Amino acid sequence: MTLRMKFPTGAQDHEVVIEIGGIPIALETTDAGFVDLLKGRYGEYMKSKAIPDFTFRVDLIAPDSFNPEADAEVWFANGQWRLERGDFRATWSQESRQGVIRQTANPYSIDSVLRITHTLLLARTGGFLLHASSAVRNGKAFLFSGLSEAGKTTIARLAPPDAELLTDEASYVRRVDGRYMAYGTPFAGEMGTPGKNISAPIAAVYLLHKAAENKIESVNPAEAIRRLMRNILFFAHDPELVRLVFESACAFVAAVPVYRLSFFPDERVWDLIG
Amino acid sequence: MPTTETYLAKSNDIAARTLGDETIVMSTLDSTIFMLNPTGTAIWQAADGNTPLSRIIEDKVCAEFDVPVEQASVDARQFVDELAEHGILIVSDHPIPQ
Repeated sequence: MTLRMKFPTGAQDHEVVIEIGGIPIALETTDAGFVDLLKGRYGEYMKSKAIPDFTFRVDLIAPDSFNPEADAEVWFANGQWRLERGDFRATWSQESRQGVIRQTANPYSIDSVLRITHTLLLARTGGFLLHASSAVRNGKAFLFSGLSEAGKTTIARLAPPDAELLTDEASYVRRVDGRYMAYGTPFAGEMGTPGKNISAPIAAVYLLHKAAENKIESVNPAEAIRRLMRNILFFAHDPELVRLVFESACAFVAAVPVYRLSFFPDERVWDLIG
Repeated sequence: MPTTETYLAKSNDIAARTLGDETIVMSTLDSTIFMLNPTGTAIWQAADGNTPLSRIIEDKVCAEFDVPVEQASVDARQFVDELAEHGILIVSDHPIPQ
């Protein structure tokens, strides 16, 4: 049984619960306008009746309170995770399941805090967030991984009508009952639209390369691990968790085929998928 | 003239996985990744803190890969220096307790 404690605040509290990858996280704020912003951003990922696994109080602050140029830093100290970037400061205790976010009223900061929080949660359970677009076709999920300009959004845009897009930017991978599942995420790339909030077992990962013709080649396991590690989103300076992420990548590659997909950017590439 | 031996041990700040005759090694401090070829894997696996590098070269490199000892010594030293520079291998002129 989980005992939930409310943060004491003097003003009217609003709570929204955002469930990504099956993990509900509550955000509490006194700002009704920010709630509307969250509703617009997270749409079908909001669960009005879900009991949250974690709760963040969001304190909205004035612009320019922090150094806007500062890169993201994530570390564990004094029993709490600390997440900082030029546009937010957050602390979070996995033990108490509560945290505080200080940020301006914008959707990008909260989006980053949620991404980082999920990477920390997934690291201990064999999952990860991967720089990849993903889609479900015929009940199976396919991930298309690569760094910027590799073609993640391009291949998502080329998807046929029978493919449901999970994300064009950050794919959510969890190990569930011994198999790997991909979940839709609201984390959007160039397309700017959230993925479908569904999940499916992962059938394959394709490492993207734009080319003159379409071709699929197998990738040896060591190279697959190396490429996955380059594309896994992980921000924490924490050797133990880094080791767990590495182990997760190794286990994933042992269970899911990884291919190199050279593709010419038109819809024919999808003839090879699914 | 006495020569100084070199001893190698794997750092604690790494994660590694050997797949076939290749090994992938990652620093958990800065996430740098190294892919070791079969020769590098042989040296890596023999880096137990007690076996001198000269014996690793003779027993694990020259014997198994048919390489002259002079060439193997140069290549191995370069390999060891590079991994040591990134904190992947610990190098000492004394045996390294594990």
